[in-house]
Amino acid sequence: MTHVEQTDVLVVGSGFGGAIAAYHLAAGGAKVVVLERGPWLSADEYEHDFKFGSSSTRIFDFVLGDGMSVLGGNCVGGGSVVYFAAMPRAPRFVFERTGGTGRRMWPSVLSRDVLEPWYDRVSEALPVTQQNWNDVTFAGGLFAAACSHAGRTANPVPAAIDRDLCTNCNWMMSGCRYDAKRSLTLNYLPAAVAHGAQIRPLHEVQKLTRTADGGYRVHYSVIDDVDYRVEVADGQIDAKVVVLAAGAGATPVILQRSEADLGPMPHAVGRYFSGNGERLNTAVIDEDRARELLGLDRGDAAYAAYQIGKGPVVASWDRLDGSLPEFDRYSLEQLYFPPGLGTILAQVPDATGPSWFGAQKKELLRTWQSWMTIFIMSEDDNEGVFGPPPPSGNAVRISQQMLGRSSISYVPTANTRHGWALADADVRDILERDGLSRVMPWTNEVVGAYTVHPLASCRIGDDPSTSALDDRHELRRHPGIFVTDGSAVPGALTVNPALTIAALAERAVPAIVAEARRRGVQVRYGAPAPDGSTSARDAAARDAMARDAMARLARAATPAG
Amino acid sequence: MTPDNLRPPEWWTMTLEAFADTVLPGERRWDGDRAVAGAATGDGAVAAGALEVLQDPAGGIAGLLDGLVDDLNEHAAQYAAELGVVLDDAVPAFVGLQYAERAGLLQRLTAAGHPEKEVWVGLVMFSYMAFDAAPHMHTVDAIADGHPGLRLLGFQRPDATGLWRFDAFSYGRPLADLHPDTTPTGSPA
Repeated sequence: MTHVEQTDVLVVGSGFGGAIAAYHLAAGGAKVVVLERGPWLSADEYEHDFKFGSSSTRIFDFVLGDGMSVLGGNCVGGGSVVYFAAMPRAPRFVFERTGGTGRRMWPSVLSRDVLEPWYDRVSEALPVTQQNWNDVTFAGGLFAAACSHAGRTANPVPAAIDRDLCTNCNWMMSGCRYDAKRSLTLNYLPAAVAHGAQIRPLHEVQKLTRTADGGYRVHYSVIDDVDYRVEVADGQIDAKVVVLAAGAGATPVILQRSEADLGPMPHAVGRYFSGNGERLNTAVIDEDRARELLGLDRGDAAYAAYQIGKGPVVASWDRLDGSLPEFDRYSLEQLYFPPGLGTILAQVPDATGPSWFGAQKKELLRTWQSWMTIFIMSEDDNEGVFGPPPPSGNAVRISQQMLGRSSISYVPTANTRHGWALADADVRDILERDGLSRVMPWTNEVVGAYTVHPLASCRIGDDPSTSALDDRHELRRHPGIFVTDGSAVPGALTVNPALTIAALAERAVPAIVAEARRRGVQVRYGAPAPDGSTSARDAAARDAMARDAMARLARAATPAG
Repeated sequence: MTPDNLRPPEWWTMTLEAFADTVLPGERRWDGDRAVAGAATGDGAVAAGALEVLQDPAGGIAGLLDGLVDDLNEHAAQYAAELGVVLDDAVPAFVGLQYAERAGLLQRLTAAGHPEKEVWVGLVMFSYMAFDAAPHMHTVDAIADGHPGLRLLGFQRPDATGLWRFDAFSYGRPLADLHPDTTPTGSPA
């Protein structure tokens, strides 16, 4: 009989959902194995390089679907390694959304207030810091000034960035070689490893089957470290509890592929996918007008600094107004998108021929340093659906790395298109006012809509017909399987979702621990933040209390004079 | 039309060059350059290395190119017939089209609903990427070599260590009022 490896908890994926669960379970005493489909890089391997095969393609995943392209992480640390580290909390109204179904999308037990302590916990662990105007880059400053000129407000966005280490190189999508970006590879993951968790890179989980004792057998392939299309080995691990956190573009695919063995999946597995209502506009700033209208000057130019910075640093939250109707609410965030994928979809204003390639597009590229990209995060209608799963992984891989063909399809509804149209008009109102710029909306005709924040494809909720998970993140009908990544988030958040994904993962851990204990795993809940700051503070508080008590005892023991 | 077995081997190169030149055009490399149509001044996608990118095994489309060259020329012949354009048999059909006609055909092939849209969009993207990102070269080498796309973008040079750092990055002053409902953690309410 072949020996199959055993573990208490098997975690699929090492992004926010996986790393947080792995840390707490390992710290609590469980035997934890993390399988991650991508490679494990250290800071000095994050390259400033667009070459095929550099970190920019090794750690990134870009899959083309039908009407939706999804960008995500593909490495130990997942999205936290490739993200821009913008970490706002989701506005209060988001938790009350009903979406196109007319029913509350979020579980009734969840609200902004309920999530606050979990937001606090993640913010302490990474940490997340508030940025001030001295941290705001030229691009962010220009957007803020343009908002102000248009009678709007604008906010520096909280970020998981160590400002003292940041060089404003804008290579964040290739990983941060200065360790300025507070990725999970700097906190939760090393802490999980310190508590005995094993992280295995280039291990891609394909499906789950059931074991005789009510646990799960996890089937994986080992991926070649250069050509991800090549599977060099395969294997299985048995676990009492499985935490799925492969990302919203992959978690439902693993469950779809497991359905033949595990039995029917909840209806919502692979449905209700949200692209976080995302859409991009790029503006070409008129440098003279930026100087005249906004009083901006950085020496040689008023702006001309698209390349300089750290992704998005300033957002307009004027339309995050809970009194507005659903689908009318969105945030606008200044953004940098590097060449490679970041210029092709911007369209030539008033093009007479092709708008996204051709002679006029080439001319437009001359103005690249004066570009300003505005990221719309709105309320979409959860209209994404996954088709039958590909033979392996979450996509049929086209290139050696990064590029693949996904089974997802997305036909934006009138609600989604309404939000995009409002936001597009708002971007023009702010940035074209008084001739400040010409706005170039990104075309959705080429690769469909696109998102860097896939969500909701295996979501929590109260209604079993529209949610795959209960409010404890356990997969309905399949006890012992939990989902803690972006696919668990019920819908678009109108802001960057990483902090909310992480907070939900933190909140989910006690229930996972309880289920593991029920299955005989010796594990406790209650580990401090991974950097030990909470425990240090608690220890200091206990120490102070002990000193006070000793002093009181000493006073009591002193005979009255 | 010339039978397949009589076509000169350079037809393959000319067809792909003409395709890439349609995506981001450049000036003719020599008098009588047929593949590059001369629709723009300065170097375009061909000079930027589009054929190296298309043939790079890392990209994953090198194995498709033979078929795509044939398909493109078939589409071009049909397109020319629709337009009433008489093609020159001395060059591949796509190369025989004028720049505006080539661009028109690419718009048709990449339009929503075209059954082959995905593969032609892919070919456009790889050709385009050669110009704006040079993924066939280390970026520091591309910049040192004066890569035409990165030069046209004004992509800044790295420092002496081959890395990018920007010491001056901020106007360093408040430039807008904060949203009145901003919470103490700096988030929306």
